[in-house]
Amino acid sequence: MYLYPIWVRLWHFINAVIVLVLIVTGISMQYTDQKEYILVVGFAKAIKWHNIAAGLLTINYIFFVTGNILSKNGRYYRIERKDFLKNLGKQLRYYSWGMFKGEKHPFPVSLDQKFNPLQKLSYVLAMYVALPLIIFSGLGLLFPETVISRLFGISGMILTDILHITMGFFLSVFLAIHIYTCTLGTRPTSLFKSMLSGYHEPEDHNT
Amino acid sequence: MTSRTFRYLLFMLLIFAGACSSATGSDLKEEEAGPNDSITYRSPFFDDNERCFKCHGQGRYEYTNENLGRQVKAMMFSERVINRNKFYGSNHKSFSCTDCHSGEYIHFPHSGELRMEQMYNCIDCHGNDEKFARFHFEEIEASYQLSTHYKLEEEGFTCWDCHGPHDYKINVRNSSNLKETILYDNNICLRCHSNFDQFQLLTEREEINILQKHDWLPNQESHFKNVRCIECHSEINDTILVSHLINPMERAVRRCNECHSQNSMLMSTLYKFQSKEQRKDGFFNGIILNQSFVIGANRNEYLNILSIIIFAVVIVIMSVHIYFRLTGKTK
Repeated sequence: MYLYPIWVRLWHFINAVIVLVLIVTGISMQYTDQKEYILVVGFAKAIKWHNIAAGLLTINYIFFVTGNILSKNGRYYRIERKDFLKNLGKQLRYYSWGMFKGEKHPFPVSLDQKFNPLQKLSYVLAMYVALPLIIFSGLGLLFPETVISRLFGISGMILTDILHITMGFFLSVFLAIHIYTCTLGTRPTSLFKSMLSGYHEPEDHNT
Repeated sequence: MTSRTFRYLLFMLLIFAGACSSATGSDLKEEEAGPNDSITYRSPFFDDNERCFKCHGQGRYEYTNENLGRQVKAMMFSERVINRNKFYGSNHKSFSCTDCHSGEYIHFPHSGELRMEQMYNCIDCHGNDEKFARFHFEEIEASYQLSTHYKLEEEGFTCWDCHGPHDYKINVRNSSNLKETILYDNNICLRCHSNFDQFQLLTEREEINILQKHDWLPNQESHFKNVRCIECHSEINDTILVSHLINPMERAVRRCNECHSQNSMLMSTLYKFQSKEQRKDGFFNGIILNQSFVIGANRNEYLNILSIIIFAVVIVIMSVHIYFRLTGKTK
């Protein structure tokens, strides 16, 4: 089943590389110290590459949003209110219980339903909440003169930074879970191959 | 993309635009505030000093030329103009002009020989005096003698080039507005380093373009507004509050980590005087947050711990899941 058009795969690949650069350089800036550590990039280098990657991420994000508006891909991100919590519960139950008991996937992948309810919710939160917040707060940190000086007696820069690093942290957690759940295909490598070929491997019994 | 998503993005854009406009307004207020001149001070020598200020207090002065038998108006050489308000707001505000200058100056026209008058240095009055012991003037003098500025003494460099005797006032020790202190202190450096005429009086070097020289510095404007030149250009000294050992250019701090780290050197320089009053809300080097924000130096201990706990929980859940996948019916 051809599920991932070339533009989605291209966006996804670029996004993956950029996000990894942003996480490494972001952690380097957050945990910068007088001593240089092997896994942490030097502050000046981290700033430079973080800014470059952030600019590319923003362009890539605009590409993603535009692609979703112009193509039918956007429909996969529409959350239906009807049975929202019930369906979410079904998917959670499957991941935590059903899949170990050999039950069938409650929301098998099809051309009309690329994501299960849990995937859909996490992707919408990541792409349409966390990404805009991290981009806008990042712009604030890049251009400190644009940030409000004080809000409720607290420095605007601190609030902007906390928002930025919190979103960065949640996106890092999302990435870890995303990579893990991508091993839950027909075979542990199936979904990774799908993102390269564009073809989704049909589920034989329970994923 | 749904219309709801569009509305959300528009909402975010409006918040950001609002933040931008508020920021501009509040920044302007800070810039307009400027330093406070202590013009309410009444000197015991006010009337005596006024005899000097009558001519030296402004750019234009008048005197009676006895040879011509009439009043003559003339312009005062700008270097000889002393601003009354600045003088009475300075550290030396309680002084009579003739405490430092010859008493002969009360006669006009002044004798030409007075131009050769020997000037005092800081240490002449402040050295080895119990009253000024807390300022460690002897240590300041020793540091200054190791400074790159000391090499310019033969060209005429003195303490007064940075600490104008008629307007200098202690800043960082008394200031509640650090931004004002930073501006005041940086202007001391810029008096020579951004004014080539002044610069040429002391050196044969080519003109320095401060902005170009600091091109490598990310967010240059933000750095210039939030730290003093001496943070990077002087040697940290534990005894004296403000380091007077100005290093040669090659030894200036260029490693970002020196400030952007948990052990930020700003705590030993700019925030030295305030660092005893640490904030207790989980931020490393929290005192910086009262006036500024430094990436890497101001991370929050509680958020750090919370993030590690959340990540550990995620890893544990994934490990348990993998275990059941390996031992259960699924792959």
